Amino acid sequence: MVQIDTKLAQIGNRSEVTTGTVSPPLYLSTAYRHEGIGQSSGYDYVRTGNPTREILENAIKELEDGDQGYACSSGMGAILTVLSLFQSGDELIVSSDLYGGTYRLLEQGYKKWGLQTHYVNTSEPNEIIHAINSKSKAILIETPTNPLMQQTDIQKVATIAKEHGLLLIVDNTFYTPYLQKPLTLGADIVIHSATKYLGGHNDVLAGLIVAKGATLCENLALHHNGAGAVLSPFDSWLLIRGMKTLALRMDKHEKNAKTLVDYLENHDAITDVFYPGKGGMVSFRIQDESCVNPFLQNLSLITFAESLGGVESLITYPATQTHADIPEEIRLKTGVCNRLLRFSVGIENSEDLTKDLEQALAKVRQEVTQ
Amino acid sequence: MSHAEDYTFETKLLHNSHKFDSTTGAVSVPIYHASTFHQPNFDQFGKYDYGRSLNPTREALEETISDLEEGSRGFAFSSGMAAISTAFLLLSKGDHVIISEDVYGGTYRIVTEVLSRYGIEHTFVDMTDLDSVEEAILPNTKLFYVETPSNPLLKVTDIKAISNLAKKHDALTFVDNTFLTPAFQKPLLLGADIVLHSATKFLAGHSDVVAGLAVVKDEKLANRLAFLQNAFGAVLGVQDSWLVLRGLKTLSVRLQQSTSSAQKIAEFLSEHPSVKNVFYPGLKNHPQYELQQKQSTSAGAVLSFELNDENAVRQFIENTQIPVFAVSLGAVETIISLPAKMSHAAMPEEERKKRGISNSLLRLSVGIENTNDLIKDFSFALQVSPEVSRI
Repeated sequence: MVQIDTKLAQIGNRSEVTTGTVSPPLYLSTAYRHEGIGQSSGYDYVRTGNPTREILENAIKELEDGDQGYACSSGMGAILTVLSLFQSGDELIVSSDLYGGTYRLLEQGYKKWGLQTHYVNTSEPNEIIHAINSKSKAILIETPTNPLMQQTDIQKVATIAKEHGLLLIVDNTFYTPYLQKPLTLGADIVIHSATKYLGGHNDVLAGLIVAKGATLCENLALHHNGAGAVLSPFDSWLLIRGMKTLALRMDKHEKNAKTLVDYLENHDAITDVFYPGKGGMVSFRIQDESCVNPFLQNLSLITFAESLGGVESLITYPATQTHADIPEEIRLKTGVCNRLLRFSVGIENSEDLTKDLEQALAKVRQEVTQ
Repeated sequence: MSHAEDYTFETKLLHNSHKFDSTTGAVSVPIYHASTFHQPNFDQFGKYDYGRSLNPTREALEETISDLEEGSRGFAFSSGMAAISTAFLLLSKGDHVIISEDVYGGTYRIVTEVLSRYGIEHTFVDMTDLDSVEEAILPNTKLFYVETPSNPLLKVTDIKAISNLAKKHDALTFVDNTFLTPAFQKPLLLGADIVLHSATKFLAGHSDVVAGLAVVKDEKLANRLAFLQNAFGAVLGVQDSWLVLRGLKTLSVRLQQSTSSAQKIAEFLSEHPSVKNVFYPGLKNHPQYELQQKQSTSAGAVLSFELNDENAVRQFIENTQIPVFAVSLGAVETIISLPAKMSHAAMPEEERKKRGISNSLLRLSVGIENTNDLIKDFSFALQVSPEVSRI
């Protein structure tokens, strides 16, 4: 058995014997010829299956130690596909500190269709148990959470889920299988916004699902093909290309993040720093709300943009960007206040990043005190 | 105010003049498929007119490589050979080239079979031996062509010394920087006139794009090369330009992993009883170890080694599990090649032997896999090889 970094570098290699190609071929074909009635090559129509997408799906399945992988047109496409497993009258238990897009889908979409969601602090197992009732069907957690980096003990929650016959769905976007494998800790389904670390270059929109168990996998395959939020062959190919360097990128993201956490913790204009100890995501609170805009405007290296997990450092303002769809009252209650910034630390030189923060914070001080 | 000029190399890979698109703020460079561009002004045509002459996506790559090599202008070509061949077209009938004797087989082929037809003469020399270089100089010598480290024997040439010699004789120096990239070696800063790359290798890095690059410092020379690039037209397509740009973003982390593994693998092979010779400028016993340390910041991720005989080579190749047995190098995947039958097949056997490229020489381009996985794999594959007496 080779290590995960070896597996990553080798994704798609030896995928076919006809030519011996090292880079997996990009099949754009939407249809496949049949030899005769009932004779299929295994591929019929691109939405159902595509050789390039299949390489990606098998790779993420292996990396997450699951039974089957599914590539979707976006992270939200992956969540939508998973939510297709439920029906009107079912109830979900979801991390209260979660991505605004998931919240919006649940509240403005699925609520209308009869799916009720209870938001709890999933890092407190008792809160989960308290929320379970006869209609509960699944627990959906993000760990670490976005943007407050709270960690949930997957194994503990998995035990609770099993005891009550619930599915455990884990959003593994922030850590990726390089740092965390929820299926080996008892989860049933892992979802990813692969747009982030897995893709890694801020240039492909994609979602991934990995599941364990034959029946569950069959059901997901049905909805994946049925609803059709599938990933295009070209984006599948780009994602494979990105994943090859995941280990190196993540090592560098983490190393840089640790240096910056250290820097931010010792800066008197920063009141709080949230870092779960692994990975490349850091959130922090700046002293005063009036500092936020000048700080963002004065950054010259780090880009102020929505998204994360790319090689370039990005800072996001959750209040108006990723979490804008969560009502202010709820947002403030969970700690996503108007002083909070989320930092996706890139793979640049850490001193260059520190210098950029230093000069931006110094200018903010000048501007605010003037 | 930006402090971009002070950024370190690894940051520059991500933050340069094409950090974001000025119209939309997009952080990934847009791919402009346009082959032609509307001219809004009847009297004065814009910067872009026809895709072969200039395209914004290709331009982004050309500016990025120029910035990384610290030149004044970059050029993207449809392959490394297209870059090299176009640069050779700066020469004229009657000119003479002095060239590294263990140069890449494709370059050897162009020099011996094409340039010779145009009346351009050449002399192959051991570029590591400055005396023999000087002896080869003729009154019509116009170009010194250097590959360092050389392919496949990893001989190291003193770029500064050769450039000085070239300047003294009013000749140009071209350096093929494919093996080290500007991450480790910047020939223009050492006096070279043109840097050439097969960007297919480390720069793009994912075994999925064929591309060539050239960078020039002198403006007049740049204009001459620009004329040839457009006139000859072996330019890089826009999708491939974009893929090279994407590959460049991880150049630093890829090379760090690959070179750190290469050093460990070179040491492992040096101590292995079945390995006859190891060629790697990061080994202290390499004849130009000191020079390599001086002119570059790393010995790179390519090494060659020799086994006992062809049979040992065959067994080794058949028993390794991780590497790809293929031509090319500089990928995330480890690649093993047999120069005699691959990269240097264009060279007659007699010439190959003279240069030390035996049939039992293997070239290894170390990928980004886990170092221990690679060493384990090689260790297993070498178990079946007979022990050799060390030279």
